[in-house]
Amino acid sequence: MHDKPSPAFYALLFTLIFMAVGPIALMFINSFKLDVDIVSGTGGLLFLPTIQNYETALCDVLWYEPDHIDFCSLKFGGAFVNSIIIALVSTMLTLIIGCMAAYALVRFRFMGRDVASLTTLMVRMVPPAVLLVPVFGLWNNEFCLDKDGLIGGLIRDAFGGRGDVCLAGTHAGIILVYIAMNLPFVIWILQSFIVQVPRSLEEAARVDGAGPFQVFFLVVLPLIKPGLAAAAIFTFRIAWNEYLLASALSDRNTKTVPILIVNNMSEFNVEWGVIMATGMLLAIPPIIFTLFASRQIITGMTAGAVKG
Amino acid sequence: MTRERLNRMTPYMFFGPAAVIMVIALLYPLGYMVYGSFRDWDPSQNISETEFVGLKNYITLFFDPAFRESLSVTLIFAGSVVVVEMVVGVGLALLLDRDIKGMSVLRTLFILPMMIAPVVVGLMWRFMYHPTVGTFNRTLDWLGLEKVDWLGQHALLSVIIADVWQWTPFIFILALAALQSLPRSALEAARIDGATAWQQIVHIKLPLMMPVLIVTALLRLIDAFKVLEVILVMTEGGPGLSTEIVALRISRTATEFRELGVAAAMSNYLLILLLFLTLGMFAFTRWQEARADRIAAAAAKAPEV
Repeated sequence: MHDKPSPAFYALLFTLIFMAVGPIALMFINSFKLDVDIVSGTGGLLFLPTIQNYETALCDVLWYEPDHIDFCSLKFGGAFVNSIIIALVSTMLTLIIGCMAAYALVRFRFMGRDVASLTTLMVRMVPPAVLLVPVFGLWNNEFCLDKDGLIGGLIRDAFGGRGDVCLAGTHAGIILVYIAMNLPFVIWILQSFIVQVPRSLEEAARVDGAGPFQVFFLVVLPLIKPGLAAAAIFTFRIAWNEYLLASALSDRNTKTVPILIVNNMSEFNVEWGVIMATGMLLAIPPIIFTLFASRQIITGMTAGAVKG
Repeated sequence: MTRERLNRMTPYMFFGPAAVIMVIALLYPLGYMVYGSFRDWDPSQNISETEFVGLKNYITLFFDPAFRESLSVTLIFAGSVVVVEMVVGVGLALLLDRDIKGMSVLRTLFILPMMIAPVVVGLMWRFMYHPTVGTFNRTLDWLGLEKVDWLGQHALLSVIIADVWQWTPFIFILALAALQSLPRSALEAARIDGATAWQQIVHIKLPLMMPVLIVTALLRLIDAFKVLEVILVMTEGGPGLSTEIVALRISRTATEFRELGVAAAMSNYLLILLLFLTLGMFAFTRWQEARADRIAAAAAKAPEV
């Protein structure tokens, strides 16, 4: 360990970095190529970069009309907005609800605590695919407001449409599933951070007359900021990247970016350049988070696994 | 409300919102799924209109060659992915466990693959595996070698490679964290006694890392059963059924074949499988803790030598 690393060591390191980043760099480069250049395959880096692919992808939110498009078929901009709304709102709600629950599990002894703790741990393993069928059924048929009822009627009058007002097809419907899906993980990870907060601080605040909520929000929360950051990134990552449940629950207006990408992939003739551009746009937020908060991500990962 | 009552209500006020959400959007749906799996259920029907068919869905599935095929594909996929990732990830951690500058940069670059959307990972690999314009076949062509039919003949292998690319860093980082938290004294003692690097790894490092490694492997195994998007984008389960994992089959049964009852029964099979894995992980950590306590107690009791 104290010996000087050999050249072979650096060669290995370099290969590993190349392998980890290579595919991403390839996608990045290809997103600036025309399809002709991608398919002809003349030279990896010798090409004229163009932002045409990005223009095609974002045609519905551009303020000008690019020359090369006659008809804007890819509604990527709208999907991008949907993705942002859904990911941000669900991350924020998951964090608030999750850290409160984690605090309750760590600091209080109450009836049903063991059941709650065990259930939280167990539902962590439920895959999205298992939720697909019941969530589809419930969100479409059961979690509805009667269209003749008071609130349902108001919504129908305001937005039009037919049938009962259901959760399926709304942002709220997708957000609800994402919160539920991420909560067990967030609670689990934050517990290990809350345990480390010294009890004496909380007691001091209590002696000074702070209520339980004041103690939590003013004393405990500021101390577990690193944990919150880690949990936020993991939650955002799942909400931002998820495809299956979003595709089952969204309608024309609430499609998220992953759905759009999958829909465009399954067509026979893939337009590689445009697809790569959309993929890049979907990948950019997580990449930025990783570059700026890798320390928190790694802390969160190890806290999650080592605690078991 | 008196202060006393308020105090007693506090934990419920903190845990309440989470409980409500998890009951509405996780536990109730799971119960609904179990209920639906005993019914002949079509997407156009409300569940109350459906007919009770007992265990029919489960029995049909049990004897359905397509489901068995996708179950074995899932097991092969999850098993080989975990084994390869553990070997490569732990191996790399042992190799790279040095104090070098830029280690944090390396780790940052390493976690990029797993932060990116599975959909995008599938998309990148589908391009690289493309029979004519893809990176791999072009490189092979350039080297004068024969092209490989990646997503055709070797679809399962190709899918496994993509997953190994995405998730080996996870194992690597956890293994590295475990390595760096090992007691320095044990390693120091071994070195003074003249243990070779290999002996240190086999007799000291690996046994000491084992608890973390086993939990990591189990976590990864549970996650490997959740993989869906990467495979969906790369192969859509094809060619034939060669890469159709259970998660994909559930979604196809529900949306294409429109048999929600069967899909629910399938989900339940998958859930039971994962339940066993989770219980295994749980039992293991409990056993580990008990063992650590015993050792600590024995050490405390033992007379000073």
